[in-house]
Amino acid sequence: MMLRYVIRRFVVAVPLLLVMTLLTFVLMQKTTGSFYDMLRLDPHISEDTINRYIRLYQLDRPVIYQYKQWVLNLLRGEFGYSFYYNIPVVSLISSRLWNTFILSFSSIVLTWTVAIPLGIMAAVHHNRWLDRLIQSLSYVGLATPSFFLALLLLFFASQTGLFPLGGMHSAQYDDLTWWGKFWDLLRHLAIPVITLSVGSIGALQRIMRGNMLEVLRQQYILTARAKGLPENRVIYRHALRNAINPLITLMGYEFSRLLSGAALLEIICSWPGLGALMLTAVRSKDIYLVMASFIMGSVLFLLGNLFADILLARMDPRIRYE
Amino acid sequence: MSKDQYSVQSQNGFQRFRKNGWAVFCLSVLVLLYGAALLADFISPYSYQNEDRNYSYCPPTSIQFHDEQGRLRWPYIYGFKIYFDEYHKRGYEINREEKYPLKLFTRGDPYKFLGFLPGTIRLFGVERPGRLLIWGADSRGRDLFSRIVYGGRISLSIGLFGVFISFSIGLLVGGIAGYYGGRVDDILMRICEMIMMIPGFYLLLALRAMVPASFNSVQVYFSIVIILSFIGWAGLARIIRGMCLSIREREFVLAAKVMGLSDLKIIVRHVLPHTLSYSIIAIMLSIPGYILAESALSLIGLGIQDPYASWGNLLSEAMGIIQIHFAPWILLPGLFIFLTVMCFNVIGDALRDCLDPRFRVEENL
Repeated sequence: MMLRYVIRRFVVAVPLLLVMTLLTFVLMQKTTGSFYDMLRLDPHISEDTINRYIRLYQLDRPVIYQYKQWVLNLLRGEFGYSFYYNIPVVSLISSRLWNTFILSFSSIVLTWTVAIPLGIMAAVHHNRWLDRLIQSLSYVGLATPSFFLALLLLFFASQTGLFPLGGMHSAQYDDLTWWGKFWDLLRHLAIPVITLSVGSIGALQRIMRGNMLEVLRQQYILTARAKGLPENRVIYRHALRNAINPLITLMGYEFSRLLSGAALLEIICSWPGLGALMLTAVRSKDIYLVMASFIMGSVLFLLGNLFADILLARMDPRIRYE
Repeated sequence: MSKDQYSVQSQNGFQRFRKNGWAVFCLSVLVLLYGAALLADFISPYSYQNEDRNYSYCPPTSIQFHDEQGRLRWPYIYGFKIYFDEYHKRGYEINREEKYPLKLFTRGDPYKFLGFLPGTIRLFGVERPGRLLIWGADSRGRDLFSRIVYGGRISLSIGLFGVFISFSIGLLVGGIAGYYGGRVDDILMRICEMIMMIPGFYLLLALRAMVPASFNSVQVYFSIVIILSFIGWAGLARIIRGMCLSIREREFVLAAKVMGLSDLKIIVRHVLPHTLSYSIIAIMLSIPGYILAESALSLIGLGIQDPYASWGNLLSEAMGIIQIHFAPWILLPGLFIFLTVMCFNVIGDALRDCLDPRFRVEENL
């Protein structure tokens, strides 16, 4: 049952990906300027070399034929060559994909460890000043554009020198010990992860608070209190478990949503991730790289959503996928 | 429900809205921002492309109200003197010999108000060679205040256009899917799901890669609006479809059918109006998304291009650490994006509180 659902999800995505990639492919080739036009400006590179490359990549063939070749290669697991980096797209993307994953995953960890306690605190102090403070802070957090926050934090870092200004590793990274490497990575993660998490913390905190309030109104909480359980036990043993359950399913959606947000931050904080890669590819008209990043991003997004749906079915026996 | 009851209910809604002081405040801020963007030619002291490279990253000018003896005077500004420090870095210091009184309704850069009325009168400014830079200057010595006011035109309007297009599509598709149900519904919803299946930013980049480089600024502007609407309509269509599924079972739809109205008319005139209160809320809450997306795109250099200003493209100057470090005022456009997004969110939430009674019940429990 479940397996059929999973397969269907992927099958549904295929036509869209085909249409989107075809459009991107054709339009990128048809519009003015290609990667080799830029190379032509370089007097060191002869016309013959460029023509040889164009023939090698079959760029002189009709676009539809090129697209067909590209799809066929894709089915064989060949993503093509990057014009700009001059290496196979696959080797380029796999390391970038991992970096994007690190960023998104750390952001999820931070979001959850901060938002859940905040939500509980807000619900327990419902409508008192602590609750009001948390709510107004998350309101501000939700409205702050992530790129603006990132720039503000970078400004702060440039004034105080507390955090590295972008990138993923320090220059001396390779000489560091295992622990030093980890610490170095954490310091570089700080700004993008904080920025990425602020909005989600606000949102998740609100949901947690809502759920918690809902649960605290239930009869069994009244019973627990009436039989004289200490308040801590009522909240952490009885209420929390029921309030947190529906949230777990959000995690998968959260992950796929983060991918989009991460792409922008990667560019601003010069984090070597998939989004930043795609931007340079779009700018330099590196067709195969654009296509591959686009597909990888979509597949990752799809997997996140799928993971969420499966988790949802696991957690809630009422849900059936046909 | 009769028409009278409806008007009473909505009146209550708007009365409740008016009582929400915070929301009314945000509404007036938005009116101010949109007004300033509309009257940008008049309000800003310079045109958006008036540049003077001698004033590159010139810090904000402070307006003086007292003279050297401490007496109250008509506001004036001092001139700037350029110097180079021991690292050959350019700096600006106040030149107390030069004084330029502030002038109201002064003659400035010519403009065409609303695109056709030629004019030169600007609200305030100073005589040349003085340069009034109340929020500092950018890399090319253009007045940041003027550019922010002009940038509001693009940043604020893109949200409205984007929402207009994507809501027209979303309402129509959602209405058709919900009204007909069955196969039509199935196909339309699969299309929506497909679009929602691709991460927004990657889709944005891929779509942007299709826009020819030869496009001029107006064409780029509209292609961005269209790209954003293309991404935005699917989510709305799904929700509207859900609402229409239940609305089509109501008696008045049957009555309209019996009277022989065409399906499209029934959808547009009788089904969709019942999703109005939800739509208004959704419009308010989705405008920020368009503003943010445009800003993000312009920020990474794929949106509105220089010399035209949008808040995102102004902020793109702040992408370099050195620029932020020595000229932090170039972060100001971000504050305006934040302010606008915040106001739309507050108003959207306030509208939800007063237009959607179900939500109120939940909150009040």
